[in-house]
Amino acid sequence: MELTPEERRMLSGEDGPATKKAMEILLALGAIYGADRLLPVTSVQISGVSFDNLGEAGLEFLTEMAEGGGRVRVLTTLNPAGMDVENWQALGIDPDFARNQQRVIQAYARMGAATTCSCTPYLFGNLPRFGEHIAWAESSAVCYANAVLGARTNREGGPSALAAALTGRTPRYGLHLDENRRPGLTVRVEADLRGTRDFGALGVAVGRAVEARPGKPIPYLRGVAAAGVDELKSFCASLATYGGLAMFHMEGVTPESGLHAPPAETLTLTRRDLDEAIRSLDSAQGEADFVSLGCPHLSLDEVRRLAERLAGRRVRKTFWITTSRPVKRLADEMGYTAVIEAAGAVFAVDTCCVVAPIRGRFKVLVTDSAKACYYAAAKNGFATRFLPFEEVIEEALK
Amino acid sequence: MILTGRKISPGAASGEALTTTMGISFYGGVDPETGRVVEKGHELEGQSVAGRVLVFPTGKGSTVGSYTLYRLKKAGLAPSAIVNAEAEPITAVGCIIAGIPCVDHIPIEKLRSGMRLRVDGERGVVEVE
Repeated sequence: MELTPEERRMLSGEDGPATKKAMEILLALGAIYGADRLLPVTSVQISGVSFDNLGEAGLEFLTEMAEGGGRVRVLTTLNPAGMDVENWQALGIDPDFARNQQRVIQAYARMGAATTCSCTPYLFGNLPRFGEHIAWAESSAVCYANAVLGARTNREGGPSALAAALTGRTPRYGLHLDENRRPGLTVRVEADLRGTRDFGALGVAVGRAVEARPGKPIPYLRGVAAAGVDELKSFCASLATYGGLAMFHMEGVTPESGLHAPPAETLTLTRRDLDEAIRSLDSAQGEADFVSLGCPHLSLDEVRRLAERLAGRRVRKTFWITTSRPVKRLADEMGYTAVIEAAGAVFAVDTCCVVAPIRGRFKVLVTDSAKACYYAAAKNGFATRFLPFEEVIEEALK
Repeated sequence: MILTGRKISPGAASGEALTTTMGISFYGGVDPETGRVVEKGHELEGQSVAGRVLVFPTGKGSTVGSYTLYRLKKAGLAPSAIVNAEAEPITAVGCIIAGIPCVDHIPIEKLRSGMRLRVDGERGVVEVE
């Protein structure tokens, strides 16, 4: 790979052992994927923040990188942690876990990352523009960045995203290149879609269909009349979870859709296909004991809608509201937080029901998120109900 | 015999080869407390990777496997070096963060368990001593 003088200096160890190791990671990945050079990146989103996923070894590695002089060179935000950083005790988090989680966040802070722990960095200032090269790891945000924003990122792992942050570089391959962003399958949507659950169900149906095809073609969706930011973030999370996809096009909605003709190979999805996807996740028998909204993290508008519906009412189940710290602060100022907490719902900021250490604590999760359903079953052993946003709230009130 | 491949992770080390024709998942497939392969039905099930030059076609499984390699290294149970036919990101990143030399694009069918190998991750070379 061809390196600039600055890149050679970082590799030589002159900028410290952490930067050197970061360059070695990027060069190995570049070699594996056949990159000819490194690209400068302007934004990084790091995964591998919850101690539940990292473990002691991951924490040791991060500490070594911080002590080795690692400093981020570009705007860097973090994925959700395993707990609410300020309010972990109220969520029943074990003190040992909390201590280790704090050490993880401190290691990132020492390296200069912004310690807002969230899967939706694009909602509060880590917002790349069209065509910008970035290195993001959170799978739903990767999909959002590529498809909705038109920025360019591969689906990074924790160490490779950290390496990009410490060097301001990423190897030039994959979705950074025009030829790998082309659609390979037209998906005709013949259904009227409404709300986060419908868009999540669409992500399940498209994801499963693409996953089953050789080469995992990038889908080009037609027939979706309108899609809001909240609906797109739900769709992205679902598509990444069920199809492993980092990119899609949606005619009339995403900025690169106009650059491509719809591929000839076509898959048609009707309301029946979406209902089938919904049924596959809305399958719990028995009483729900855990309700959660905010996968991906709630936007300010979603928090507002939640507050309006909860005003003056009383929640009867454990109800987690997961969002980012900046959105929570705005909700505080707007008075939404007071209304929501008066109803008995609990804010779990900086974290979510996917990455918090809650295995075995509940039996049945109710949510509007297809991604949350997947991890509830796979990681935590919960059965799931998959309902529209408003019905999830009503379920908490029952 | 000298085999020339591609540099993946720097450093040089020697050791006795432990070879398999099967992929290895470090997360869940190798016990970080003992260094033994624990994947059911794996050719190397029950064998320790500690101090060996581990030779396998390619890695597989969860990306958290990179940290398993790091943990093995801290516990003194890591392979001394890794040789792959085709390296993938989990093994490559794990080797780099743990400081384990790694070379790929090697015709691994020429290597047998028990051979003494020297792996030079700087030059991308595997030498049968």
